Amino acid sequence: MSEKRATPLLDELEKGPWPSFVKELKKSADTPAVNDLLGQLERSYEEKIGHWKHGGLVGVMGYGGGVIGRYSDLQAEFPECAEFHTLRINQPAGWFYTSDALRTIADIWERHGSGLTNMHGSTGDIILLGAKTQALEPIFAELTAAGFDLGGSGSDMRTPSCCVGQARCEWACYDTMGACYDFTQTYQDELHRPAFPYKYKLKFAGCPNDCVASVARSDMAFIGTWRDDIKVDNEGVRAAAAGGVDIQKEICDMCPTRCMAWDGSTLAIDNSNCVKCMHCINVLPKAVKPGDDRGAAILIGAKAPIVGGALLSSVFVPFIKMEPPYEDLKELISRIWDLWAEHGKNRERVGEFIQRIGLGNFLEQIGLDPVPEMISAPRSNPYIFFGDEVSEGGQA
Amino acid sequence: MAATVEQVAEAMFQLVKETHGKKSLKAMDLTKAMIEKFGEAECNKDLCKQAIRQLMDSGRCIYSYFGGSFITLPPDQA
Repeated sequence: MSEKRATPLLDELEKGPWPSFVKELKKSADTPAVNDLLGQLERSYEEKIGHWKHGGLVGVMGYGGGVIGRYSDLQAEFPECAEFHTLRINQPAGWFYTSDALRTIADIWERHGSGLTNMHGSTGDIILLGAKTQALEPIFAELTAAGFDLGGSGSDMRTPSCCVGQARCEWACYDTMGACYDFTQTYQDELHRPAFPYKYKLKFAGCPNDCVASVARSDMAFIGTWRDDIKVDNEGVRAAAAGGVDIQKEICDMCPTRCMAWDGSTLAIDNSNCVKCMHCINVLPKAVKPGDDRGAAILIGAKAPIVGGALLSSVFVPFIKMEPPYEDLKELISRIWDLWAEHGKNRERVGEFIQRIGLGNFLEQIGLDPVPEMISAPRSNPYIFFGDEVSEGGQA
Repeated sequence: MAATVEQVAEAMFQLVKETHGKKSLKAMDLTKAMIEKFGEAECNKDLCKQAIRQLMDSGRCIYSYFGGSFITLPPDQA
């Protein structure tokens, strides 16, 4: 092994009580690739320049996603990390593993790669950091033999992800893990063979707490909700009040639509004004629960880039029952993809595409009727042009 | 009679070869070109999807990533 790299600047990042990625990297510094990685990173801190080249022709046979090419531009000085490709492995729905499965992944990765992992990446995938080009096919072969598959990257449908849903959470309004698995299997071609203008992310959250941050980070978010009344157990509310919860201050006054009232004995909710924010349910988990008529709201158009231009998603379908085989949803997705794939510009996310062509045109093209929930803000332009059929009878 | 997957794959391959080094083609570029070449009655998006899969699985073409995913020739055939 080459000499241990000196890292005086990186060492500063080990000081303090917080977790340190440098500390974690150094645990693997006996591995030549990690040693050179630390050396190159130190150089980047000295020069304030990143020394990675991104992309290229790397991948495994038949797939266009799952491997992100990384090359050092200081290959002569740091030869062990000259090729340091990233692999994205499709995570199990809800991130449930057996310890055997984790050992299998770790063993494969130590045999063929740097040993560095990111559990999990912001995409939700298992991230394996630092493979040489020649190791990609053997890694892929061993992972698939163990039942794993690559996830998405590039201009494809990215690996769908979901919260733990009904496996562990009583608030999950639909089976997020089942839906995530179903959509992942249905769209294997779109996951592995990039055919879109840019990435397309699906995320499944069981309730409006949105533990997978789908509202901010997915092109299409399926967020669990309900359309009947919140279930209130007033005995439970009174017990919480007796236990020290200030119902007026912590519940009613913090309700975003002020749709709740507390008279010291009964918590009354005007359900027609409830926006399903989950606040009261989160504070009073034993006394207040989501209703029984459960499904999901579908939102579209979020993106969370690193540099700038973040978009939050907008309501697209206010409520739909989430039941297999999800035919209506798949039909809707198919129409969106057809339109966006044909008319979207390179690197244009679907949210940007909708902004460019206008929501009205987008809805018309995919054949979806507009509904009031799609409106994010009242219009400021007072001039409205009615069609002939409306103007007849006095509006001319 | 509809075009076959093999015919569309071959036509796609020729297009990728002709434009190599001059223009980067995405999957949708190839699909549009094939529908134009064979006509809507003979070729559709699903057929093109199968043709692309055949090109990839056979190794005649590969994906590249340069700010977007493109379909290109393997380095040893370029």
